[in-house]
Amino acid sequence: MDEAPTGEPPAPLLEAIEISKAFGDFLANDRISLAIRPREIHALLGENGAGKSTLVKIFYGLLQPSAGELRYQGRPIELRNPAQARALGIGMVFQHFSLFEQLTVAENVALGLDRATPLAGLPERVAEVSRAYGLALEPHRAVWRLSVGERQRIEIVRCLLQDPKLLILDEPTSVLTPPEVEQLFRTLRVLREEGRAILYISHKLDEVRALCDTATILRAGKVVATCDPRAESAQSLARMMVGGEVGAVRADSARTGGAPRLAVRGLTLAPDDPHGVRLDDIHLEVAGGEIVGIAGVAGNGQDELFGALSGERHARRADAIRIDGRDAGLLSITERRRLGAAFVPDERLGHATAPRFSLSENALISGHAASDMVRRGFIDRARMLAWVDRISEAYDVRKSRRDPEAFSLSGGNLQKYVVGREILREPGLLVVSQPTWGVDAGAAAAIRQALIDLARRGAAILVISQDLDELFEIADRLVVISGGRLSAPRLKRHADRSEIGLLMAGVGMRPRREGAHAARA
Amino acid sequence: MRLVLERRNEQSVAVAVLSPLLAVVLTLVTGAVLFAVLGKPPLEALRIYFLDPLTEPWALQEMAVKATPLVFIAVGLSLCYLANAWNIGAEGQFLIGAVAGGGIAVATHGTGAGPWVLPAMLLVGAAAGALYALIPAFCKVRFGASEILVSLMLVYVAELVLDYLVRGPWRDPKGYNFPTTAPFDPVAVMPTFSEASRLHFGSVLALLVVIGAAVVLRSTLKGFEIRLVGAAPKAARFAGFDDKALVLVTFAISGALAGFAGVVEVSATVGHLQPGISPGYGFTAIIVAFLGRLNPVGILIAALFLALTFIGGEGAQISLKVPLDVTKVFQGILLFYVLACDTLILYRFRVMPAHPKAAHAA
Repeated sequence: MDEAPTGEPPAPLLEAIEISKAFGDFLANDRISLAIRPREIHALLGENGAGKSTLVKIFYGLLQPSAGELRYQGRPIELRNPAQARALGIGMVFQHFSLFEQLTVAENVALGLDRATPLAGLPERVAEVSRAYGLALEPHRAVWRLSVGERQRIEIVRCLLQDPKLLILDEPTSVLTPPEVEQLFRTLRVLREEGRAILYISHKLDEVRALCDTATILRAGKVVATCDPRAESAQSLARMMVGGEVGAVRADSARTGGAPRLAVRGLTLAPDDPHGVRLDDIHLEVAGGEIVGIAGVAGNGQDELFGALSGERHARRADAIRIDGRDAGLLSITERRRLGAAFVPDERLGHATAPRFSLSENALISGHAASDMVRRGFIDRARMLAWVDRISEAYDVRKSRRDPEAFSLSGGNLQKYVVGREILREPGLLVVSQPTWGVDAGAAAAIRQALIDLARRGAAILVISQDLDELFEIADRLVVISGGRLSAPRLKRHADRSEIGLLMAGVGMRPRREGAHAARA
Repeated sequence: MRLVLERRNEQSVAVAVLSPLLAVVLTLVTGAVLFAVLGKPPLEALRIYFLDPLTEPWALQEMAVKATPLVFIAVGLSLCYLANAWNIGAEGQFLIGAVAGGGIAVATHGTGAGPWVLPAMLLVGAAAGALYALIPAFCKVRFGASEILVSLMLVYVAELVLDYLVRGPWRDPKGYNFPTTAPFDPVAVMPTFSEASRLHFGSVLALLVVIGAAVVLRSTLKGFEIRLVGAAPKAARFAGFDDKALVLVTFAISGALAGFAGVVEVSATVGHLQPGISPGYGFTAIIVAFLGRLNPVGILIAALFLALTFIGGEGAQISLKVPLDVTKVFQGILLFYVLACDTLILYRFRVMPAHPKAAHAA
């Protein structure tokens, strides 16, 4: 691993030459060429749907290209499966982990290794590797007790045990707190100094500029630029990524200062499933005209909080949740909608919509509670279609025909549909989780603007998001959720990113109240 | 050349209609092979099975008679299956409906009771079927028991209840010791269209049930709820629908329809209670429900087709000397093909031009 002479750029480790990949009629990768060299952190930048994941799946043997050639250390190769890629020295850390919750760290590592790897002494080697690279891990802990950051470290250690020459990381920081991101970057720099190549997939421009030596930018399946990200500004990278200027969102608070439209007082709720998060004495108020953001790392109680606020799960007391001054804690989601509340869950397909139902039937999912779509138990298909038309026009939902299945829409268009479906009902309270997750920049800006406009019309909006940039852009006040507890709210203009980051990591949260368990469990 | 199964962007309506037809064709081909292996002339055997019954008026009537219980049961089952609740015990609910409704006929036998007897039988039969179906539904909702196992096992309980009653307390003293009740009085018998015909008014009721179910599923919020709970349970919870309550509701409806079918069957075609009043209608209806794509109108067509296999099977038993069980083999093969062909609604086959390595310079 020390073949790189100084000065001359080393010969490429992995080279893609005119790689194309078609799914049916859709060209996910269109003649992509790039070269990854040893001792290099190479960024693969692009919006969601630009073809990044497809390309790295080809590099890792999960997909086979429709045309084009891969070269590894100068020789043409064909990767039929990931085992072949690993044998060559290519390792990959996925965005979604494949870990068994009930097993220990070492057991999970063992399961992911190729058969030839000796298992004796594995826990010791796990401990050794994690020490050497600053990836704190205890080999004998069960995975379900670990944070998301620790889980990611298992995946990284699993790769490192195979001593890879090329390490591929798919959006590794999307689930990490700022301190965890810093630690990851230190590890990656050590790996680079050892002469390894790293392919770093991201759409976060600041990270790429801080970490990477080279960046290949994809747009709509094509390479639009290869550059040194340290020499570019975030704006110039964004322009290349999006192919145009990204409009800034106009944000100004219209807080009415009246009685809170949503008031949560002492909400405590045990989780439904054993790995869920317990909501612990949640207090929160959202006034009309105001957007409150809840920041936090995934899996800290956001799903549970959304479920409790929406009424998919009931609170234990009626007055734990009040909507427009009325006790709502024991009301169903339908009854809460009739009080003027609206909800957008983070999972577009399967939760917010039924994938194989038409858009008009999906309008009925939230619309049957309070609209003219149902009369005396009979549904009015003409009115449902009219809703689809109104939503599509107001929020520029692009689709193949008037009333297609939800499944056939792209992520951004479906998200615009789902958010539009709720906003067009002119709710007094909107609770929305991950409003722009996995959505292209254009759609994301449109959705954020729609939220701000709704707040201006006097609605109270609660945004649960893992995207700190998004919250700083649209929220008036910020709260952090960690381990099922909420921090005290902070006005955005007084909030400080590093402090929020510490809160997200659970540092500085007020201590768990003793006796709260006994009293309400 | 490779064959790749590719996910469709939208469900194919054309394939949704064609898939059951394809399944029928594949079943016929497999059946022909089966007959050839048995040493029977395949084409003639298929003709006896599937064409001969269609050429005779009595057989057409008989088809409608045999399709009637299948339609009742399968429509009910389709509501359960759409809602992701797996009632496999319609056979038991059918028998309990027949026992409860038939019990009124037995109790009023020879008392000169008025014309209220038949409506009372129908109501009690449906109610008994519903209550019997609520046992597995309640166990599922309350204790998390598998409704598939509980409902299936209750079939055998129902068979034994019927067996006990007709051999014990309800046995006809004048019945030469056969395990059967006394024949029903005329007020307990479902009227037929004419003296000579076996076609009875229960068939008309079955048509009404088809229309009713079609309207409910297509045009009511309840129908939407049933479809949504089955297709996307999380979205259904988000819509505010209670999936547990729906398990109870759909089981009750399907049990009621199965019990209704049972009492109609004993009242219209059997005329008394005895073991073996059902040639497995409750199980065949599962095939009917899927062959009909869980759609009421599809179920009507599928029920007629399955009724044809019952009648053809009887004909084949006489003229080809094949066992009656061949009919059940046919029905089983058909179910497998139906389920396999359904894959094509969400996926399609695509022939890929050789392995991509051809495109490589290597």
